[in-house]
Amino acid sequence: MEVIISVIIGFMIIGAIFALNAKDLLSAVIACGIVGYGLVICFLLLKAPDLAIVQIVVETITLIFMVAVILDSSSKELNEKRWTHLEGTSYINTRFVVNITTVIVFAGLLLFFFSQAIDVLAPFGQHVTRMSTAYIENGANQTGSANLVTGILFDFRGYDTLGEATILFTAVIGILTILRLKGKQ
Amino acid sequence: MTSIVKTVTRLVVGVIFIYGIYIILHGHLTPGGGFAGGAIIAGAFILLVLAYGSDMLKLKAKEAGSSVMESLAILAFLLMAVVAFFLGTKVFFHNYLPKGIIGDLISAGVIPLYNIAVGIEVAAALFTIFLALVIFKEESK
Amino acid sequence: MIVYLMCFILFLTGMYGVLSQRNLIKIVIGLSVMEISIFLFMALIGYIDAGVAPIVTQTGEQLIYVDPLPQAMVLTAIVIGLATNAMLLAIAIRLYKKYKTFDVRKINQLKG
Repeated sequence: MEVIISVIIGFMIIGAIFALNAKDLLSAVIACGIVGYGLVICFLLLKAPDLAIVQIVVETITLIFMVAVILDSSSKELNEKRWTHLEGTSYINTRFVVNITTVIVFAGLLLFFFSQAIDVLAPFGQHVTRMSTAYIENGANQTGSANLVTGILFDFRGYDTLGEATILFTAVIGILTILRLKGKQ
Repeated sequence: MTSIVKTVTRLVVGVIFIYGIYIILHGHLTPGGGFAGGAIIAGAFILLVLAYGSDMLKLKAKEAGSSVMESLAILAFLLMAVVAFFLGTKVFFHNYLPKGIIGDLISAGVIPLYNIAVGIEVAAALFTIFLALVIFKEESK
Repeated sequence: MIVYLMCFILFLTGMYGVLSQRNLIKIVIGLSVMEISIFLFMALIGYIDAGVAPIVTQTGEQLIYVDPLPQAMVLTAIVIGLATNAMLLAIAIRLYKKYKTFDVRKINQLKG
């Protein structure tokens, strides 16, 4: 299981790198879809069907939004060169070297800190939290819901859901405000 | 869009809508719930607007309607939480209705009602965002 | 452990995109990649070997369920992520209408 998921995450990383280096915006947006749909497969393998249903619909809607935004932008958005290359200098100049070194050093540092941070976790597939055992033992009887995720979402953690609904409401108000061209008379 | 797209949309969109309602109503029994079902219903509406298009006035009326639906749904969610404060043991989100038997369609107390409210809220929010984008692009032409 | 590290490399890819790209749409793509890696990490923590999906059946046999708590949190986070992405896209399209470009450097140069 660990190997299969690692391979799928590898494909997602390739998709993300392609999306960030694509030559035009439409292929970038479609390559971004690789990452989202790969996540759907991971959720199905990790026994999370609720998340898979939500993610596959949300990813489709995100793609529709992104295509709607970039559809009438000009095609020469990304034509300029990535590395500014001065006349008479070699390609490997100081700035190039500094950039590459900085990226590698910081990626290595962050990976080191991350590997320190996940030391408290048990190996993959054996991590059990105290809250989850309590929820699994009592959740079905106390909420009456056969789907434990829904039971937690609306009963034990109702405030979370209320906060989520508030954020969604605020985001919609913000979008309506940003996208209004003429003020109301 | 061409008439092929319009015909296929007319046939499919009702099925998608009913599937969304099924996902919301069975949220406490099977995978799914308010979030998934709401997103599916919003997808059905978005498909309808993409295939048929519409003139500006209709789009603006739809946007106002879905915005009102969203506000009413979040208000209903809050009211259910407050009613639990007065009926139950002075706790928000208390499950005060009878639980029933695990696995029945009518069970789990207030959880199906919360599911319905959240489903309407998510569907209306996503559809409002989409309509705002479409109206902006139409107006700025 | 390797799967956690792969997940973090996906996060780093998104972060590199946010920090290095000059196009607003690509910055949004980088942010959504970061979000997706976080969702995946929480779902990975909840997985238990030979577990089944957290849906109780009436047969009464004792099954091992995967952890339902991270799933409930990610479920709300996915929808919030869509809303915030849509808001970023709305800001991007508004800037495009004013400056006729998605390039951050050009927007910086064009004052007013």
